[in-house]
Amino acid sequence: MAVKQISVFIENKIGGLATITDVLAQADVNIRALSIADTSDFGILRLIVDDVFKAGNALKENGHIYSITDVLAVAGDDKPGSIARIVKALANEGIGMDYAYAFFAKKENLAYMIIKVEDMEKASKALRENGIHLASEEEIVSL
Amino acid sequence: MEKRYFQPEIETMPVEQIKALQSERLVKQVQHVWDNVPYYRKKMEEKGVTPADIKGIEDLHKLPFLTKDDLRDAYPYGLMGKPKKDCVRIQSTSGTTGRRVVAFYTQHDIDLWEDCCARAIVAAGGTEEDVVQVSYGYGLFTGGPGLNGGSHKVGCLTIPTSSGNTDRQIQFMVDLESTILCCTPSYAAYLGESIEEKGFRDQIKLKAGIFGAEAWTQEMRQEIQNKLGIKAYDIYGLTETSGPGVSFECEEQTGMHINEDHFLAEIINPETGEVLPEGEKGELVFTSLTKEAFPLLRYRTKDLCVLNRKPCSCGRTHIKMSKPLGRSDDMLIIRGVNVFPSQIETVLLNEGMTPNYQIIVDRVNNTDTFDINVEMSQEMFSDSLGKVAEKEKQLVASLKAMLGIQAKVHLVEPKSITRSEGKAVRVIDKRKLYG
Repeated sequence: MAVKQISVFIENKIGGLATITDVLAQADVNIRALSIADTSDFGILRLIVDDVFKAGNALKENGHIYSITDVLAVAGDDKPGSIARIVKALANEGIGMDYAYAFFAKKENLAYMIIKVEDMEKASKALRENGIHLASEEEIVSL
Repeated sequence: MEKRYFQPEIETMPVEQIKALQSERLVKQVQHVWDNVPYYRKKMEEKGVTPADIKGIEDLHKLPFLTKDDLRDAYPYGLMGKPKKDCVRIQSTSGTTGRRVVAFYTQHDIDLWEDCCARAIVAAGGTEEDVVQVSYGYGLFTGGPGLNGGSHKVGCLTIPTSSGNTDRQIQFMVDLESTILCCTPSYAAYLGESIEEKGFRDQIKLKAGIFGAEAWTQEMRQEIQNKLGIKAYDIYGLTETSGPGVSFECEEQTGMHINEDHFLAEIINPETGEVLPEGEKGELVFTSLTKEAFPLLRYRTKDLCVLNRKPCSCGRTHIKMSKPLGRSDDMLIIRGVNVFPSQIETVLLNEGMTPNYQIIVDRVNNTDTFDINVEMSQEMFSDSLGKVAEKEKQLVASLKAMLGIQAKVHLVEPKSITRSEGKAVRVIDKRKLYG
């Protein structure tokens, strides 16, 4: 049960992030979650948005480089130990994470975690077996 | 101060005599080329010129030009003027692919080249009492071998440290009490800083330095002179014409005396090829007068400069050339290495990237910085930071292999490189080289 993440090349300079978020704002795209991985001169901006297609088009029109990646969105109660449970479920199965970031949904009072793994199927199974809820694209969009 | 020369009779020869000598030698050199270099003979034939048309230096303009493209077309042996059995050495430029220049020498050629370097050393105050530290690279590069040979001819105690290993350079300088330093100006400045940092300023005995192979400004000269407590002399040369020593500075430091008994200089309009009168700025063209193995007639250097024959207080009568005031092509010299923007384009295309790049060269603390901005492309991008960084690393390595020097690569947003009238600005050179 994968969720689409949009990854955008971002130059490491003042105003770089502002330019991209502005493009998305102009296209009326809502950002659900955001994370940046960076080196000294460039970064990758990873976004979960309410409309991947619209976001992609807007970025392309404005000359940005991006790619779309399948990631897992996992929900847990907003309480201590939630994230530990998710992470442990994967570790116990020997599944490594490429990267992860979390966000909080006020309406549902849930903490969401976005996880990138090599083997999506194996990870989904491990999480499900531990009673962890995997969010669908629809669920994320409707947040 | 007593005036000293390495070869006084030649270096102070009256101008009319120099011109007569040049005419006599030019006639012989042209005949030598006609007889032994079919590549150039063909060029002459195409222009309808034979050796009979060249009776003296006033006929020089009749000869066709040679360019770096000719050197490339004729590579490796096409311009050789002597059979291999008579040649004893090659030297080569920094080895930038497709543009490498290989020059050949007979023992006689080496001898005359070393004489030229010896004149430069004596002009900088060198005598047999001096300890000359040659911190130019040895090997294919002409800097080390040229000054090394010149230093031997003057009878100086010569320390062939070659370039690099700064701590050892300073150690020798202190322990052996070097009095004359030969290297690139940027390395001299770097040595000066290191000496200051390590607190050895009081322990060095340098009095002069002979610095070339790179363009440098008066400000840089001042800085090196202050840092090292020496007088800094400029020297000029090209691998094509033998190496350093084609021209050199005297104590007046107002231009470099061209060794006119070996090299005939002209200034031309780089657009039209028309010969310009003395005192006008244009492209420097050299004709060798005494070379056996690698004679070049009317070789275009691409360096822009001015010639003047005003009498010099040093007593030398040979014409002086200004420091190069720029170049008539797009070649950059970065840390002494020739770099053509087109080479960067080639690497990017080889790596499957779009050739949108910009070179930024600057000089910080007298050392050249070399940065290349490369516009990000869809092919190079991925969601994994590691993979993008890996590709960036690969690009840096390929650039190094192609250019021979390390560049700092920065991945930038697509379309972010300045375009002027739709054309990308490929080179931003912030150095003030020709002040």
